[in-house]
Amino acid sequence: MPSQVIAIQELVKVYQMGEVEVRALDGVDLLVDTGEFIAVMGPSGSGKSTLMNILGCLDRPTSGSYILDGVDVSTLNRDERAVIRNAKIGFVFQSFNLLARTSALENVELPLLYGEFGWTGGERHGAARKSLERVGLKGREDHYPSQLSGGQQQRVAIARALVTNPAILLADEPTGNLDSRTSEEIMGIFQQLNEDGKTVVLITHEPDIAQHAKRIVHVRDGRIQKDERIDQKKVRVSGIAPPVQAKIS
Amino acid sequence: MKNSVQRLGNITLVGLKAIARNKLRSFLTMLGIVIGVGCVIAVVAIGNGATKSVENTINSLGTNYIMLFPGATTSSGARLFTGNSTLTAEDADAIKAECPAVAYVCPTVRTNAQIVAGELNWGTSIQGVDVDYPLIRSWNVDQGDFFTDQDVKSSAKVCVLGATVAENLFPGGNAVGSVIRIKNVPFKVVGVLERKGGNMMGQDQDDTIIAPYTTVMKKLSGKTKIDMIQISAAGPNLVGEAQTQIEAVLRQRHRIPPGGDSDFQMRSQEEIAQTQAQSMGTLKNLLLIIAGVSLFVGGIGIMNIMLVSVTERTREIGIRMAIGAKGRHILLQFLFEAVTLAIVGGLMGVALGVAVSSVVRRAAGWPIVVTPDSIALSFGVAAVVGIFFGFYPARKASRLDPIDALRYE
Repeated sequence: MPSQVIAIQELVKVYQMGEVEVRALDGVDLLVDTGEFIAVMGPSGSGKSTLMNILGCLDRPTSGSYILDGVDVSTLNRDERAVIRNAKIGFVFQSFNLLARTSALENVELPLLYGEFGWTGGERHGAARKSLERVGLKGREDHYPSQLSGGQQQRVAIARALVTNPAILLADEPTGNLDSRTSEEIMGIFQQLNEDGKTVVLITHEPDIAQHAKRIVHVRDGRIQKDERIDQKKVRVSGIAPPVQAKIS
Repeated sequence: MKNSVQRLGNITLVGLKAIARNKLRSFLTMLGIVIGVGCVIAVVAIGNGATKSVENTINSLGTNYIMLFPGATTSSGARLFTGNSTLTAEDADAIKAECPAVAYVCPTVRTNAQIVAGELNWGTSIQGVDVDYPLIRSWNVDQGDFFTDQDVKSSAKVCVLGATVAENLFPGGNAVGSVIRIKNVPFKVVGVLERKGGNMMGQDQDDTIIAPYTTVMKKLSGKTKIDMIQISAAGPNLVGEAQTQIEAVLRQRHRIPPGGDSDFQMRSQEEIAQTQAQSMGTLKNLLLIIAGVSLFVGGIGIMNIMLVSVTERTREIGIRMAIGAKGRHILLQFLFEAVTLAIVGGLMGVALGVAVSSVVRRAAGWPIVVTPDSIALSFGVAAVVGIFFGFYPARKASRLDPIDALRYE
């Protein structure tokens, strides 16, 4: 029986824009099992980003419950959420968000500096090296972000996300700044990590990127409109690029 | 416990790395502190050196030293001197004869003249004194002898040279026995005094010629009154007693009615030292205030740069928060950066202060003293400045919203 790593119920997020109330999320229910690869899709303004912020514990829902890896995180304060982000979530961003003038190794070590467990320098180096090796960047430890290609920078970001061994990888448009070939490479890494047992949550608006997931959740107007399973075997057998699914009406 | 120490160490490491990434900016940020701390250390060192130098020269005045000047001190404390001296050589004789607490008395007259010795000449001051002078000033003759009582009585044209004068007029060192001309009057050199060094005003005390006061009055200045009487009390505890006795003798001799203002005034070595220490202290305080303002401005410089730095690094702060930094971590990181800048600036300031002090020591010839407590003080102030001015930017950074910070371009 697969345990649920994400359990969201009746999630509502309301923004107060002056006089007007905006319901960015209007009752979202979502269950994600451990080891799933799920893509959250939706056009801009659909509430996709709000959902991502709450999933990533960067923001708090107005109402509803969010249980992440067995912990109810919907009512945690700022610092408690920081601890959860550090321990349970690995972020991968569209614009890589690496620290400039900081080596790849040090960038990957960064989350360990803030961990509840006091890592020593040697332990940090070891973990960071292993993580970089996992994304195929062995030998690039001392390179600065400016000396790496976009794809390599995103790999460093993935290594950084992996280094704390989080419950979920949360990737927000991870291929938005990359060309299509590099995008394929990066998605390949996510698929590989997923096959190794990592739960991956991908936020995207590109259907062909979403096709790399095993499950696609479509968000529109603050609600989940469609939840579909993708048979990756079929996608892979069918050829070079996965077919673009019919547009959701 | 070990974990929290390790974690604190990690956060400080983060701050250090941020400083190292921006070396030039870090240095410019520190500059205010560097100059401020440098100022404090140099000012204190120079002040101490000047005080020490004043102490040395005041001690070099002689033991139990009292100066007696003509001119009244009014009730308001202002010194009135009409230009006509009221002191005579007979006053000096009377003091010596009638004051048991007085050991030595020396009437003194002063004038300036151009001295000629062979083909060399030298402008200097001439002091006409009595034979007690070397005893009062604890100033011995290095070569030859001091002039005698007989020389004073007979207004003999003899003199003793200060070391500087001897060097300039007789580079060969054959001063004793030679003849020099002061205002065209030939004087025989009977001795050369040992070197005494600069006085508290920075004047060279060895740049002088000593002659019998009778000779100076009759042959050189034409004065009939004397400029001052230098006195030595019979013991360290008798200085006050001696002053009382001298006052009584002189008031009687000058026929000053009871309650009337004296037409002379006295200052002991101790009083001179106090006056000097006071003016030194005022100067030192003024300089310290300037240095303090400089430190304050340096602190504002740090705050300014830290605020710019927080804005510039908003995205970095967002990344750090996203991957698990708490507000406290960010606060500590920026605070640590500010304090490190202040402390490193403080260290550079110490180096600067010591360097400036030694330059001044060479230029002014003062015994400059860099004290450990001035280093500790300025260092402590620098650290406090760092914490004080670093706190606001650090708190601002720690309160950023991670979502906004991540989106910041």
